[in-house]
Amino acid sequence: MVILAAGSTEVALAFIEVGAIVFGLSLLARIAGRFGMTAVPLYLVAGLAFGDGGLLQLDVSESFVALMAEIGVLLLLFALGLEYSDAELRDGLRTGWSSGIVDMLLNALPGFAMGLLLGWAPLAAVLLGGATWISSSGVVSKVLGDLGRLGFRETPAVLNLLVIEDLAMAVYLPVVAALIVGGTLLATIGSVFVALGVVTVIMVVALTFGPRISNLLAGGSDESFLLAIFGVILLVAGLAQRLEVSGAIGAFLVGLALSGSAERRASELIAPLRDLFAAVFFVFFSFQVDPGDLASVIVPAVVLVVVTTITKFGSGWYAARRVGVSRGGRIRAGATLVARGEFSIVIAALGITLADGSDLGALVACYVLATALLGPVLAKFADRLVKLAPVLSRRAPDPAAAVG
Amino acid sequence: MAEVYETKLPGVGVRHDFITEDGDRVGVIVHRTGRREIVVYDSEDPDACSPMLNLTAADTRIMGELLGASQVVEAVGAVQHEIDGLSIEWIPLLESSPAVGGTIEDGAYRTRTGASIVAVVRIDTTVPAPTPDYRFVAGDTAVAVGTTEGLARLRELMTG
Repeated sequence: MVILAAGSTEVALAFIEVGAIVFGLSLLARIAGRFGMTAVPLYLVAGLAFGDGGLLQLDVSESFVALMAEIGVLLLLFALGLEYSDAELRDGLRTGWSSGIVDMLLNALPGFAMGLLLGWAPLAAVLLGGATWISSSGVVSKVLGDLGRLGFRETPAVLNLLVIEDLAMAVYLPVVAALIVGGTLLATIGSVFVALGVVTVIMVVALTFGPRISNLLAGGSDESFLLAIFGVILLVAGLAQRLEVSGAIGAFLVGLALSGSAERRASELIAPLRDLFAAVFFVFFSFQVDPGDLASVIVPAVVLVVVTTITKFGSGWYAARRVGVSRGGRIRAGATLVARGEFSIVIAALGITLADGSDLGALVACYVLATALLGPVLAKFADRLVKLAPVLSRRAPDPAAAVG
Repeated sequence: MAEVYETKLPGVGVRHDFITEDGDRVGVIVHRTGRREIVVYDSEDPDACSPMLNLTAADTRIMGELLGASQVVEAVGAVQHEIDGLSIEWIPLLESSPAVGGTIEDGAYRTRTGASIVAVVRIDTTVPAPTPDYRFVAGDTAVAVGTTEGLARLRELMTG
């Protein structure tokens, strides 16, 4: 009750700050909607303009906004866990693991290499690798829907790749979270194992008792259900964080555990909350980025955008070729996957306290900004390219040969 | 009948597609929200398709009835033809029909023809499986099942 107990002028100021931020974001979201694009890049720009060293600075409400941002990450990850049923995850893993590995090698390595080239500590480089690896499932699925491509033959391959990337995050995030906590080599190795153990336990519990937990939570009114879901997310995330596993992964696994009608209701009820808190998260992330750092990261950011656009193209091409899709479809698959987004920001936010954290934050902010804007444009353009060049839409010779 | 292929779309729903007798590939995407999309595949680029229709869950029910109702009747008809030698007949009764005023038992129709009266349709109500004491009135339509010969005899007995 600190906020309410404080002097009334301070409360008034906090309301005005938070209100101004959220209202400003609403305008950005509206602009983005007008152009049919995701609002994340605009949120990032707003954060850069008004954050540390920017035009405006948060005064009294910083700790409150920071907490909102943390909740935003949890809800983002929770919604992502809801998105896929456990059957889809198992299916995706079984059929698409090789595409997943190709995708990881092609896209994480350039980021990692760039981090080392910039003279960062290996851990910061690993985080940058994660940021360049993961496509934005939000942007990609929106683009597929908007362009009417859900029925296309390469689409299942694209969606499958997203599933695998998200699953990979369930391992990647807790491991890097443990590495960030650090300590001696032995202690670090220990905490990595603890992290993986905790994730495994939660995952097994989630998959075994998922339906029962869902039934238990699903009773009652929308109000009680919303409170139950929100409470469970924070509880599990808090416990996971306590055990030095990323809290975000706790939230992800809660989402995974829900099934059936509880899953549908939860995604309906949580969506508005997620939109609110996640918007605050994006803007708060770039608040912390000093615009002064941008000049020094612009060149590596451009290099990374060019390189990883090509490599993402490659992983889309590979995934589509495996299912026997023709060249046109492979080009579309590659182009659609180019956009990076919310996950890259989540990863960079993990490392914001590291020695190279501010550079990492600035670089990833630029990077996400560019790819999230470029991706949908490329996806649209790819279709025209395919139509203009009939040679490209020749059938694939033989999918079996392509696998070998 | 054409084969229907099912493809899962993780996070979205499921897609079914088949090739029509005219050679077009048609797909139906069922979203988890209940929304349906009907798409038709491009003949030049078989991996691409253009969306034809977006249907809400309610639209889908209407569409299903419009497209499916006649097929259901056809399917029922087909089943009857498949049971060898068994036919179904609708026998409308007029004021002058001998059956009017009597019960099913009075006519001893099954004993005499081998055909069974399985239902009676009266203006807007249907009496399924009428009991032997059911009394016919003018305007009733008896629904009977039996062999072709049996039904012909039944019709003769009931309508004169």
